[in-house]
Amino acid sequence: MTNPLLSVKDLVIEFPTRFGPLTAVDTINFDLAPGEILGVVGESGAGKSLTGSAIMGLLDPPGRIASGEIWLKGERIDNLPNEAQRAIRGRRISMVFQDPLTSLNPLYTIAEQLIETIRTHLKVSESEARKRAIGLLDDVGIPAAERRIDDYPHQFSGGMRQRVVIALALAAEPELVIADEPTTALDVSVQAQIIDVLKEQCSERGASVILITHDMGVIAETANRVAVMYSGRIAEIGPVKDIIQNAMHPYTVGLMGSIPTLAQEEDRLVQIPGSMPRLNDIPQGCAFNPRCDRAFEKCRIDRPDLIDQGTRQVACWLYDETVLAKGKIA
Amino acid sequence: MLAYVIRRVFQSLFVLLMVGLVAFSMFRFVGDPVDNLLGQERTQADIERVREQLGLNDPFPIQYVKFLGNVTRGNFGVSYRQGRPVADIIAERAPATLELAGVSALLAVVFGVGLGVFTAIRRDGIVANFIMTTSLIGVSLPTFLIGILLIYIFAVELGWLPSFGRGETVQLGWWSTGFLTESGLKAIILPAITLGLYQMTLIMRLVRAEMLEVLRTDYIKFARARGLSERAINFGHALKNTMVPVITVTGLQIGSIIAFAIITETVFQWPGVGLLFINAIQFVDIPVMAAYLMLISVMFVLINLIVDLLYFAIDPRLSADASSRGH
Amino acid sequence: MNNLSRFLASDFFYKFRRSPVAVIAFIVTVFLVLSAVLAPLLATQNPFDPGSLNLMNGFSKPGVPNDFTGETFMLGTDDQGRDIYSTILYGLRVSLFVGFSAVVFAMVLGATLGLIAGYTGGRTDTIIMRIADIQLTFPAILVALLIFGIAKGITPPSYRDEVAIWVLIIAIGLSDWVQFARVVRGATLVERNKEYVQAAKLIGRSPFSIMIKHILPNTLGPVLVIATISLALAIIAEATLSFLGVGAPPTQPSLGTLIRIGQGFLFSGEWWILFYPAMTLLLLALSVNLLGDWLRDALNPKLK
Repeated sequence: MTNPLLSVKDLVIEFPTRFGPLTAVDTINFDLAPGEILGVVGESGAGKSLTGSAIMGLLDPPGRIASGEIWLKGERIDNLPNEAQRAIRGRRISMVFQDPLTSLNPLYTIAEQLIETIRTHLKVSESEARKRAIGLLDDVGIPAAERRIDDYPHQFSGGMRQRVVIALALAAEPELVIADEPTTALDVSVQAQIIDVLKEQCSERGASVILITHDMGVIAETANRVAVMYSGRIAEIGPVKDIIQNAMHPYTVGLMGSIPTLAQEEDRLVQIPGSMPRLNDIPQGCAFNPRCDRAFEKCRIDRPDLIDQGTRQVACWLYDETVLAKGKIA
Repeated sequence: MLAYVIRRVFQSLFVLLMVGLVAFSMFRFVGDPVDNLLGQERTQADIERVREQLGLNDPFPIQYVKFLGNVTRGNFGVSYRQGRPVADIIAERAPATLELAGVSALLAVVFGVGLGVFTAIRRDGIVANFIMTTSLIGVSLPTFLIGILLIYIFAVELGWLPSFGRGETVQLGWWSTGFLTESGLKAIILPAITLGLYQMTLIMRLVRAEMLEVLRTDYIKFARARGLSERAINFGHALKNTMVPVITVTGLQIGSIIAFAIITETVFQWPGVGLLFINAIQFVDIPVMAAYLMLISVMFVLINLIVDLLYFAIDPRLSADASSRGH
Repeated sequence: MNNLSRFLASDFFYKFRRSPVAVIAFIVTVFLVLSAVLAPLLATQNPFDPGSLNLMNGFSKPGVPNDFTGETFMLGTDDQGRDIYSTILYGLRVSLFVGFSAVVFAMVLGATLGLIAGYTGGRTDTIIMRIADIQLTFPAILVALLIFGIAKGITPPSYRDEVAIWVLIIAIGLSDWVQFARVVRGATLVERNKEYVQAAKLIGRSPFSIMIKHILPNTLGPVLVIATISLALAIIAEATLSFLGVGAPPTQPSLGTLIRIGQGFLFSGEWWILFYPAMTLLLLALSVNLLGDWLRDALNPKLK
C-alpha cells in the first residue's frame, strides 16, 4: 500500500487502575487504503471498539492512548489539539454506533440533527443544508424523505433509525466511516439491508470503512480485508478471501469453524474451548496459548509479533522461520 | 393527551379531598372547638347554640361536605386566638410570603441551573470542585443557621441591611408590596438569599447529576462523533435533555420554598403566612392551621399539575400521536 | 478468612480508606456520638439542675475568668450561668437521641409497610403507595410541623413538655418513612415470585418469614444509605423544629433550642451562647451528611 488513507502504528490503549495500568489494546498496527473496507472481528473485550474510539479521538476516560501514532493521509492526528480533532470528526472520519435507538437525540427532529451536522462542517445556507439532508435520507433509503425529515427519532423503527444514523455519518462527505457493530441491535431481517446501504453509500462516495463486528458472515460478504483481534492484539490480518479459505492463526481457524455454512456437512459447529482472558489476567507469551491445541513451549514464554505471510500477516510462532527451520512442531 | 390531563386533574382533586379530610378532622377532633370559642363563663345554652351554629350536631359526612363547601367559598372559620376570620388574616399576610418566595425562587432557579451546568461541564476543574464541596456544606446547613449567619454579618457586624421585618410597604389595592420602597427592597435581600440558598444548591446538584448522566449517553457520543462543537453539545443537546427531569424537581422545589418560608419568616420575623402558621401551632389555633394546610396543598397540587403539563411542551415523545410511529 | 479481615480487604474498605472526606466525617461522627453518650461524665455540671448553677457566673466570656467568681469556662456561660460546654454536651444528647430514634421509627414503619405493600399487592399496595406519594409531595418539615401541631392539640397542656421529645420523634419519623417503604417494597416484589417462596407455600410454611430472611439482606445496602442520609435530615429537622419553638422544651433543650436561646443574645454581644452550639450542630449535620453522601457513591458505583 503506497498511500494509505489511515495508518495505525504501535497503538497502545491503557486503563489506569489501583493495581497499575491495564493494557486493553496492545501495540496494534494496520493500514487502510482509500475506498477499502476493513473488517475487524473478535470477541467482546478484544479491543475492537476501543481501537475505533481511539481513531475518532473519543476514548472515554480513564482510557487513554499510552503510546503509538495514528496518521490520516500523511498527517498525524492522535496528538492534535481538541479543536483540530473535532474538526476532523464528522468531516473526515465519522462513526456509526451500535444502537440506533440511543444514538439520536430524542428531543430534536431528524432535520434539526442533520442540518446541524452539515452546517457545522460545510459553509452552506440553512435551505441548502435542508436540501442536502433530504437527499441524504433519500440515498439511505428513507421513503418519503421530504415529509419524514421533520419527524422525531421515536417515530422511526430501529432499522430506519440506523439509516438516519448512516445519513448523519455521511452528512459531511467523510473519507472514513467507522461502523461499530452497526447491526447488532437490529432485527435479523433488516441487518443485511443496513449493511448493504452502508457499503453502497460509502463506495459511491469513495469513503473507506472500518467495520467492527463479531459476525464473520457480515465480513465475508462486505469487507476487502479483515483483521482478527484477540485480547488486545491483532492475531491475523489479510484479504478476506484468503483468510476465510485458509485461516493460519489457530484462533482464526477456530473462529471460522464456528460459522455455520450450508456447503459443508458437519454434525456440529466447532467451539473454541475456554474463553478470552480478562485484562488483568493475560497469560505470559501468546495470549491465546491456554486455549490453543497447537501451542508449544515458545508460545508460553514469548509473545509473537505479526509475521509476513504473503498477502497477510499472522502473529503466531507456528510461522516463525527459526521455529520452522528447527522443525520443532510435530 | 386530553385523557391524560383529565386523569391528572381527577388525581389532583382526590389529593385535595384527602387533605381536606385531614384538615377537617383536625378541626373537628383536635381539642373541642366549642371550648376554644367560648371562654370559661358559658352556659349550657351557649354551648348548644355554638354547636348548632358550627353544625357539630350533624353526622360526620354532612359536616365534611359543609366544611368543603365553606372552604371553596373562602370561608375557613374564625381564628381561636385572634377572633377574626382566618381568610382575612391570611389575605393580609399572603403578599409578604409570595413576594419573598418569588424572589427566592428566581434566585434559586437562575443560579441553580447556571452553576449546575458549569460544574457538570467543568467536571474536574478546581472551581467546579470547590463549588461542589461548598454546596454540600450548603445542603447540610440548616436554613435557620444560614439566616442567623447572614444577620450576624450584614446586620450586626456591617450594619448594611435590616435584620428583621419587611421595611416600608406600599398598598396596591389589597396587595401590600415591599418592592417600591428602598427599605422594602433592602429588607427582602437577606431573607430571600436564606430561603433560596438551599433550593439553589438542590437544583444545582440535580442539574449537575442529570447533565453528567446525559453527557454519558450514546446520542451525546454520537454528537461528538459528528464533530459538533462543545458549545452545541453542552448547551444545544445536553442541556435540553437535562431539563426534562429538572423541571419536575424545580417545580416541586418552588412549592417547598413556600413551605420553607416558615423557617425564614421566623428567623427574620417576616410578617408572612409562615410566621402565622408557627404561631398557630404554638397556640394550637386549629382553624389557622387547617386553612394553611388547605392553601398550601392547593398550591402544591397546582404546581404538580403544571409541571406535568410542561413535560408535553418539552418532550416530543409524549405529545406525538401513536399513529405516526413507523413500524 | 474471618469477617474482619475480609472487610479490611474489601473494595468498600479500600474506597473508604482512600477518601479523606469519608474518614474525617466518620471520625467526627463517632466522636460526637461518644461525647453525647458520655455527656454526664464529660460535663462539668448538669446545666439543668438549678442547684449546680450560680447566677453570678452569668455571661462569662469563653476562656476568661469571671469578674465575680473567678471561675473560668472554656466556652463561656449563658445568662443563667450555665456552662455552654456542658449545655452543648446535653443538647447533643437530645439531638442525637431524637435523630436516631426518629430514623429507627421511620425505618421500622417504612420497612413494615413496604413489606406488606409488596407482599399483599392489590388494593393494600395501592393504598399504601398512594399515601406515600401524596406525602412525598409535601416537604418533610411541613408534615412534621403538622403532626407536631396535632399532637400538641391532643395532649393536655400540663403533659406537653413531658411528651414533647416523643412527639418530636414520632413527627419526624412519620415524615420520613416513605423512602424506606419504597426500597423494601421493590425488593419484595422481586422476591415474591421466586421459586423458594412458592416452594415454601407448597410445604405449608409461612412464606412471609422466609421472605423477610431473604429480602432484608438484599435491601441492607440501600437501607443503610437512606438511614444515614435520613439521620442527617432528622437531626436538621429536629434542630429546625426546636429552633422554631415547637420542638424540644427549654427544660430538655436540644442543639436547636440552644441556638434559639442564643439568637436572643446576638445583638447584645454575647456571641458565644449562639456560636458554639451552632458550630456543633453544623459539624454534626455536615459529617453525617458527608458520610451518607459517600456511602451512596461507594455502594452505587454507577453514580459518580
